[in-house]
Amino acid sequence: MDADKHFVTGVFDDEDVLLKAVKKVRDSGVKIHEVYSPFPVHGLDEVLGYKRTRLPIAAFLFGMTGTSLALIMQIWMLGYDWPMIIGGKNFASLPPFIPVTFEMTVLLGALGMVATFLIISDMKPYKWPRQFDLRSTDDKHIMAIDLSHNGSKSKDELSRILKDSGASEVNEKNF
Amino acid sequence: MQVTSVVRDPLVTGGKTVHDVSHDISRQVEGKPTKLWWTAMAVSLAVLAYGFYCVCVLLWNGIGMWGLNKTVGWAWDITNFVWWVGIGHAGTLISAILLLFRQRWRMSINRAAEAMTIFAVICAATFPLMHMGRLWLGFYWALPLPNAFGSLWVNFNSPLLWDVFAISTYFTVSLVFWYMGLIPDFAVIRDRAVVQGNKVRASVYNALSFGWQGGAKTWMRYESVALILAGLSTPLVLSVHTIVSMDFATSVIPGWHTTIFPPYFVAGAIFSGFAMVLTLLLVTRKVFKLEDYITIYHIELMNIIIIVTGSIVGIAYITELFISWYSGVEYEGYAFFNRVQGPYAWAYWSMMTCNVISPQLFWVKKIRTSLVATFVLSIVVNIGMWFERFVIIVTSLHRDYIPSSWTMFHPTMYDIGEYLFTFGFFFTAFLLFAKFFPVINMAEVKSIVKATSEKVSHSDSHHDSHA
Repeated sequence: MDADKHFVTGVFDDEDVLLKAVKKVRDSGVKIHEVYSPFPVHGLDEVLGYKRTRLPIAAFLFGMTGTSLALIMQIWMLGYDWPMIIGGKNFASLPPFIPVTFEMTVLLGALGMVATFLIISDMKPYKWPRQFDLRSTDDKHIMAIDLSHNGSKSKDELSRILKDSGASEVNEKNF
Repeated sequence: MQVTSVVRDPLVTGGKTVHDVSHDISRQVEGKPTKLWWTAMAVSLAVLAYGFYCVCVLLWNGIGMWGLNKTVGWAWDITNFVWWVGIGHAGTLISAILLLFRQRWRMSINRAAEAMTIFAVICAATFPLMHMGRLWLGFYWALPLPNAFGSLWVNFNSPLLWDVFAISTYFTVSLVFWYMGLIPDFAVIRDRAVVQGNKVRASVYNALSFGWQGGAKTWMRYESVALILAGLSTPLVLSVHTIVSMDFATSVIPGWHTTIFPPYFVAGAIFSGFAMVLTLLLVTRKVFKLEDYITIYHIELMNIIIIVTGSIVGIAYITELFISWYSGVEYEGYAFFNRVQGPYAWAYWSMMTCNVISPQLFWVKKIRTSLVATFVLSIVVNIGMWFERFVIIVTSLHRDYIPSSWTMFHPTMYDIGEYLFTFGFFFTAFLLFAKFFPVINMAEVKSIVKATSEKVSHSDSHHDSHA
């Protein structure tokens, strides 16, 4: 694992202060490692400069996979593999296949997207996360700054920038 | 999200801070269960045990133990199935459709409502599974798996098979949606356990939270996932009860062969589901002291949804009656004449009273904001909705085309026993959920606490300036 990681963490009480602080800290040339919040803060991804997630595209592709699989399965099974006369209707007609096709689209779309989310976010049951501050799931927003990525700035300088931008506390955290 | 109306009441009362939210909800999970909880658990387990005995006898001897006969081949089993599936629909409506409509009042009730959905769908699935007789072979019969008969595939033209796909997809997607919501809240309990020095609880809840950390990037993705799941669940929930109604509507039995069934069933499902949500939440908020989170305002809004869906159901009943006369089809006409006047008229009029008249009482503000009245009426609605399915199923079957085969349906103790089994399971599961899982979505409520408390303080200062 990453041995010897040194971080400076700023504790914020309020999300509006946090949003302004993120902007200020980034403007002063500091690279922010990540901001941890107890609830989603709207606009935080924008001020941090994150690109929009492509998860909707993943969901769409998984959904389309479900649609195609369902159609191929039904047409092949009832149309070619074992055609059966049911009410004198066509062996493979589309309308009665719609419900199963729809359900399979939703099922694969949902499961595929959630699986993708868990994988790209590196979330699994046996993983202990790096905890910068235990209050980040309760009521504080924690801004973590990696010292090794901000080589030109000293600890004191970083904590001064954090304090100036409205952090209620500044701590050090080593892993 | 940022828009708050000044004319609306605050959604969380009691001037709660963000920390109070974590504390109030996590405390239930951390503390020892109360005496009331143990009593309720004991009763549920006793009902479950009796039901389990009946289910075992049923599995051993077969469904001849039910009161079905040659004329009435479907009765309590499918009635209970449709009833439970319908109840589940409110959970998805609250979590998905109200999310898309940005109804923020759903935030303190969605967790419990979704849990109810999942348990109700499991209860519903019990009935078709038991009806297969040999439960352990059910997978072969219901799923398109290669088999030794050819392979002879399942019939994709059959609404009963559509049901298999609809119910299993609905269950899986609801479970995933519910669990995604729980992940950040499990992390709250984990971090509190670390502070309290409870290592076992910390590692259990960490595993449950999938190592949640709450970084801005994860939250961004998480919100996108939640929105898409809501978008997928919305047509899904409508499709489920539509397909359930097609079990009847695609047949040629007078009384079932009706094109209005899909919307009528969906409205009925939401109607009964909200009634069950109210029954459960009124008890939960009292037992767990959540009056500040589930306020009278929430209850009133849910009662308004009951008026709307109850009125749709009422219109559907009247439309059915009218069309049975107006169509000029004598079999259709007789099926409905028999419902209203025949030997099952008591069931029909119980349904009409419970579903059409009783929700109209909620037009009176005093009634829809009264806890006792809401609780009583929510149970009345659930009874009414059970009768609706019973009336549709049994009265349409018991007098078929040949008068010599006309008969009545009498449930045996095994019909009743399996119904009790699902009740026992439902309440046991709900009690376990209420004890070990956070009953309110903390992360979502936290995001509205500030807006709410600001409004409270704002209106306070407003009053001060006038004083």
